[in-house]
Amino acid sequence: MALELTDAERATAAGGDGRAMAMRIVVATAELLGAPRLIPIASAHIDGALYHGDSGTLFAERLVAGGAKVAVRATLNVGALDLTGCSKNRLPGREAGMARRMMDAYRGLGCEPSWTCTPYQAGHRPLRGSDVAWGESNAVVFCNSVLGARTNRYGDFLDIACAIAGVAPDYGLHRPENRIATFVFDVGALPADFLASEIAWPVLGSLYGREAGDDVGVVAGITAHPGEDALKAFGAAAASSGAVGLFHVAGVTPEAPDLDTALGFGKPTRTIKVTREMAADAQRRLSTAELPAAIDAVAIGSPHLSPREFAELERLIGGRRLAVPFYACTGRHVLAELERRGGRAALEASGVTIVADTCVVVTPIMPENITGVLMTNSGKFAHYAPGNTGYSVLYGSLSDCVESAVAGKPSLTEMAL
Amino acid sequence: MTALQAEVLVAGSGGTGEALILDAPISFWGGVDPKAGRIADVRHPQHGRCIAGKVLFLPGTIGSSSASAVLLELAHNGHAPAALVLHQPDAILLLGLIVAREMGWETPIAVRLDRDRFAPFRDAQIEVAADGRVSAIP
Repeated sequence: MALELTDAERATAAGGDGRAMAMRIVVATAELLGAPRLIPIASAHIDGALYHGDSGTLFAERLVAGGAKVAVRATLNVGALDLTGCSKNRLPGREAGMARRMMDAYRGLGCEPSWTCTPYQAGHRPLRGSDVAWGESNAVVFCNSVLGARTNRYGDFLDIACAIAGVAPDYGLHRPENRIATFVFDVGALPADFLASEIAWPVLGSLYGREAGDDVGVVAGITAHPGEDALKAFGAAAASSGAVGLFHVAGVTPEAPDLDTALGFGKPTRTIKVTREMAADAQRRLSTAELPAAIDAVAIGSPHLSPREFAELERLIGGRRLAVPFYACTGRHVLAELERRGGRAALEASGVTIVADTCVVVTPIMPENITGVLMTNSGKFAHYAPGNTGYSVLYGSLSDCVESAVAGKPSLTEMAL
Repeated sequence: MTALQAEVLVAGSGGTGEALILDAPISFWGGVDPKAGRIADVRHPQHGRCIAGKVLFLPGTIGSSSASAVLLELAHNGHAPAALVLHQPDAILLLGLIVAREMGWETPIAVRLDRDRFAPFRDAQIEVAADGRVSAIP
């Protein structure tokens, strides 16, 4: 089907300014995708402000020079720099300068300087059923799955182009028929104490992502709402190991009041019955370091930590001094609250480095150490840290991460078996 | 001389170069070095080869939402392929070319051709014409 544009869209694309450039990018992409039309969007979350090279900075500055402004609310994902000054960065001067120019350009386009991968915990929560253009894989999957708003996995350039043009290609997960689950991921046979543990959701998420690819599935066998932080961890892990843009949890997420509804009252193409062995194997696969004698650092906060997760971290540390560097990544929306109640000072006194506006796998903050072992409770950090930082990874619960950081050597007590 | 008509996905002025037919799908993000165009994925069978200036035949791509950023960076620093021949259109990857064109940078043409028809072009000098005709230069 050929793409049909309105007269107004055609007129916008024919212009010579930044908005015209944005519209032409959206239109060209819609043509490649085979979308029949463009649809209005209610908001955007922009992942394009992370510096990968000069071309991205020049692109954003071209839009600014063309007078472009976002037409809808647009929050910003992490940049390469911690503008709050909480943490220091090893990015060389020229790159840091280009990264800063890029962050400034996106602000100049009217984007909110939220600098977080959890906009949905920073007050940006589009309405269920609304069409939006979000980037950053964990934010996309949370937006679709937990909020029930509709977005595809928007990437660099297209996210900001849609935000400026105010429209997106009518394609993929914007269309209700593509949001129906085609397979069942049944966790009902797993022990209740494992399902209630903190590691269950990131571990199961990484398994789900590998099984799903880019299919939409529904998790069955959950009897109580696990909380937003658990769904956040599940989605982030699933979107790291697979191209997951949407999942349902029967009885929990908005488009899955029950299993039949999630499946569109059809038959699933397959049912994956998750066993204890599968969960244990998925947990083992999150680690790349084999039983190290010592750990060199701990990193948590991918996705960015919520106030509740910070409170749990403070409780577990209990004022003790940590033996290895400990990085806790979050957004500035959480930082303000943490400072108000004295949490930041207490954590820093224990040796925690708070990282705001960015995170340790997208920019060089941790000491360079290609033989180092990084411990984390994040399925997403576990997936990306080896490639992006050189550290090998040991996966464990938050409690195990804290005890290991106090001792300087691994303490693993929470396992899937 | 082997010549086939391919469908133009992203228009460009056409290009000539040595064929590089990938034996496995690739993720541009993490799989291709954005500075020089070398295949950086150690698990890829053609790890270490350089895509700059080649007519790059892609049997498949592994979707990453930052693939477009890598291709744009290559177009900007002069290390892009001379032309891309894709088995399947990958909108996110090709977005890199769409943006490069908007920026006024030299943009290689991208065409679609079934991967079963890649073989005759192996190791040849290839021309991809602006109308999408792919031919081996004798």
